[in-house]
Amino acid sequence: MASSRILIVGAGPAGVRCAETLVRHGLRPTLIDENRRDGGQIYRRQPEGFQRDYRTLYGSEADKAKALHDSFDQLRPELDYYSDTSAWHLSGQRLYAHQQGRPLELDYDHLLLCTGATDRVMPVKGWQLAGTYSLGGAQIALKNQAVSIGHEVVFMGSGPLLYLVASQYLKAGANVAAVLDTSAFSKRLSALPKLLSRAPLTARGSLLLADLLRHGVSLHFGIRPLEVLGSTDSGVSAIRFARADGSVSEICCDALALGYHLRPETQLADLAGCAFQFDELSRQWLLQLDDLGRTSVPQVYAAGDGARIRGADAAERAGELAAIALLQDLNRATPELAARQQQLHSELAVLSRFAQGLSEAFPWPAQHAAQLSDDTIICRCEMISAGELRRTVQAKGALEVNRAKAFSRVGMGRCQGRYCAHVGAEVIAAASGEPLQVVGRQRGQAPVKPLPISLYAVEPTDPAPQESMQQPAPEVLS
Amino acid sequence: MSLMATTRTSPIHHREADVIIVGGGFMGAASAFFLRQRGLSVILLERDMIGQYASGVNFGNVRRQGRYLCQLDLANRSRALWSRLPELIDDDLEFLPSGHMRVCYQQAQIAELEAYAAAPEARELELQVLSGKALRERFPYLGADVVGGSYAPHDGHANPRLAAPAFARAARRAGADVLEGVEVSQVEKTGSGFRVQTEGQGEFRSAQLLITAGAWGDRLSAQFGEPVPLVPRGPQMSVTEPLPYRLKTVIGVYTQLEEEVVYFRQIPRGNIIIGGCHRATPDMVSRRVSFEPQAMVLQMQQMRRVIPQLGNINIIRSWSGIESYLPDSLPVMGPSSQVEGLYYAFGFCGAGFQLGPGVGEVMAELLSTGQTSTHIDSFHIRRFAAAEQRERVAV
Amino acid sequence: MISRFVRLDEQHRPRVTLQVNGQPVDALEGDTLMVALLTQSRHLRQSEFDSGLRAGFCLMAACQDCWVWTRQGERLRACSTPVSSGMDILTYQPEAAWPVHES
Repeated sequence: MASSRILIVGAGPAGVRCAETLVRHGLRPTLIDENRRDGGQIYRRQPEGFQRDYRTLYGSEADKAKALHDSFDQLRPELDYYSDTSAWHLSGQRLYAHQQGRPLELDYDHLLLCTGATDRVMPVKGWQLAGTYSLGGAQIALKNQAVSIGHEVVFMGSGPLLYLVASQYLKAGANVAAVLDTSAFSKRLSALPKLLSRAPLTARGSLLLADLLRHGVSLHFGIRPLEVLGSTDSGVSAIRFARADGSVSEICCDALALGYHLRPETQLADLAGCAFQFDELSRQWLLQLDDLGRTSVPQVYAAGDGARIRGADAAERAGELAAIALLQDLNRATPELAARQQQLHSELAVLSRFAQGLSEAFPWPAQHAAQLSDDTIICRCEMISAGELRRTVQAKGALEVNRAKAFSRVGMGRCQGRYCAHVGAEVIAAASGEPLQVVGRQRGQAPVKPLPISLYAVEPTDPAPQESMQQPAPEVLS
Repeated sequence: MSLMATTRTSPIHHREADVIIVGGGFMGAASAFFLRQRGLSVILLERDMIGQYASGVNFGNVRRQGRYLCQLDLANRSRALWSRLPELIDDDLEFLPSGHMRVCYQQAQIAELEAYAAAPEARELELQVLSGKALRERFPYLGADVVGGSYAPHDGHANPRLAAPAFARAARRAGADVLEGVEVSQVEKTGSGFRVQTEGQGEFRSAQLLITAGAWGDRLSAQFGEPVPLVPRGPQMSVTEPLPYRLKTVIGVYTQLEEEVVYFRQIPRGNIIIGGCHRATPDMVSRRVSFEPQAMVLQMQQMRRVIPQLGNINIIRSWSGIESYLPDSLPVMGPSSQVEGLYYAFGFCGAGFQLGPGVGEVMAELLSTGQTSTHIDSFHIRRFAAAEQRERVAV
Repeated sequence: MISRFVRLDEQHRPRVTLQVNGQPVDALEGDTLMVALLTQSRHLRQSEFDSGLRAGFCLMAACQDCWVWTRQGERLRACSTPVSSGMDILTYQPEAAWPVHES
């Protein structure tokens, strides 16, 4: 079994710890990652030539980031590592990818999906205007490129990342115009018992808040986003929102960071045929997994935020657990591994409880989907509005998310529904009165990301006749 | 991709009708609509959702040229109905009579295209065979491998995702009972008509029965002693990012090599929809079928052979579905040879979309009058009984 | 200069020059194409389906909002493409001038 071909997708906390565990047990996995450098999104490494130190980049998480990067650097010779490599499909235990314009096909016996997460976003009228970014995107701008997404930035949404990124911006010298949280502050108190499972972290969250207040950042809880104001040519100019007491305010800005916690990236698991289950608390579809990370498909495993949204610390542990599952499946279980498994499980139990506390303290505002005005764009790629989607439900009887997509085009664009499918489902559920899980889950389709048609070039038998390429009077699209 | 979804069962109002239709694809939905126009009561039973398998996922070609000549009478009748859209069903299927160009890579094939264009059956298509300078002038973007083509000015394309559901809604507005989430388990002839048993949704009865169950049609015909050698296949479709709307003509390659058979159409929103080169084998138990990576590879290569300028665009999505194929590439359409009052319309071999409205109208005519003015005899199910008998004799 | 992004740190990197819509634009080594463009301009491309201009959204290669073009017509996702000297970038779709016409 030593010749088992093991493929890990994703070099973030889960993927790196997974690889490390396998290497420690004498295996040589292949690791592919879409980024140029390891670390995933959370511990993303800045490009070569940048000078900022770990403390500046990762704050309180600097030691963990450093440890993960060091582990990776040590592992590097023991891996077949492909960076800057994007997977677009898989079939029959072969993964199809491309690296710098060249096709790459990788055969595997075991597949470990550590594909991470992206921002979960609730649309707001006007969010298609230039200058609206995902909250995670705002953080990457700073962490990876040392830029702010605007001259005056509003942070809106919910979740601990909202405060973290706002305070990182502040520290880096950016202008933070406001932090607008859809969650009521009282939610944090009711979730406190769970949040205290990681008391230091909770305390750090409170410090962030105090820090923002001390710098005079306008903070509002329990708000409802109303509109991103601005124009199609110059982009965002202000945010309009309803305060908890119902009064309406506007804050001027030229950039908005918008995010409500995370949603898992599951396209490859979907293409592999893995089963999903509906999670009531987060109102999300998550992979069906056993307690070590085995999916419903034999020899396919998942770990990290792509499997369960529990953050980087949990991802490191889940990555290791998935490796242990694989070792078991290769009949390489040992008493040491069993003991380690127990320890990881007890640590994960604490982290899971904390993650649950966060979900309760910063709830996904599902009710906002019903309140979105008909002219709010749901699907940014295809520019389809909530009203169009609702008409599909009402006039055409599309009560299922894939059917509504077929009729309305919500989720059909370049992003393949990453930023709209979950909201489309909420809008359908609200318009039809059906529970969200009955409305269903948008199925993943290849390619995972847009794929250049030039990837698989044929030897041209003969280039197109040059004269026809240079026909006169080309019409220019206005 | 799993095609199965949580289809809820529609409320059931009637258990008896003049006609029960089994299978809610384009053929079943259109038949229900035209049967209502002729005043017959109709119950349509669909196991999943209307137009989910072949009807909703195909390429969307409203193409007559290239069909077997024996199909053109039916295709012409259907084309006339496409012209009556959207008024006919008060719904827009995004039909564009944009023209269709059937191109070839070999000089010898130009003569074949010319022979087809000259056939009396194809007269109404008004085909124009182009080659040389005329071809380059008219379609300057075609690659050097393309040596000729047959242009069909009245063919075009439409949106398959919308078609069957729109006909089903029109049928429903006209009084048909269109039931989703009702799976038929058994069909049988009774003294006065038919009894249709379902999985958990009770029993339905009718005087006449129409089987429009696509890739599952053979299972039902076998219950009446008329097996057919049907093979399910998954078409392979992909779509590009939106581009300026320039390729107004649908283009398809005429060739004997399956991997060269690429076809594509651009919609006014700008995306180019690409099909062909490969077919997948569906899992008929889970009703799952994939768009397979090798299809993407072939489509990429073949697209650029037809239009080299497309070298840089991005493919953004792909899909498949479940179609039904028969060995002679003709459908099963017409009355049963065994059972009075039983009719079939399935097995359209990946070429049913254009025929949909015509099949609906012809089947409605056939069920309500016992005959049709359209030539469909070549599609009679008895041809397989004869084939089976010949085989038995040979053994 | 109307920019969208604001540089906060790491400004002592070597300069690189690229062409954007035929005009020379200075950037810093290690910039993504997106940062190179948006520190000089408010947007990256035209939306296909309305009059709006787009400037990216997720910065992690997921939302596909930030595609720009090279003069040769290649597509580049601006948030995940490092800038390099001599790049010849267009912020409009080159196919808009396709010599594709049918008579």
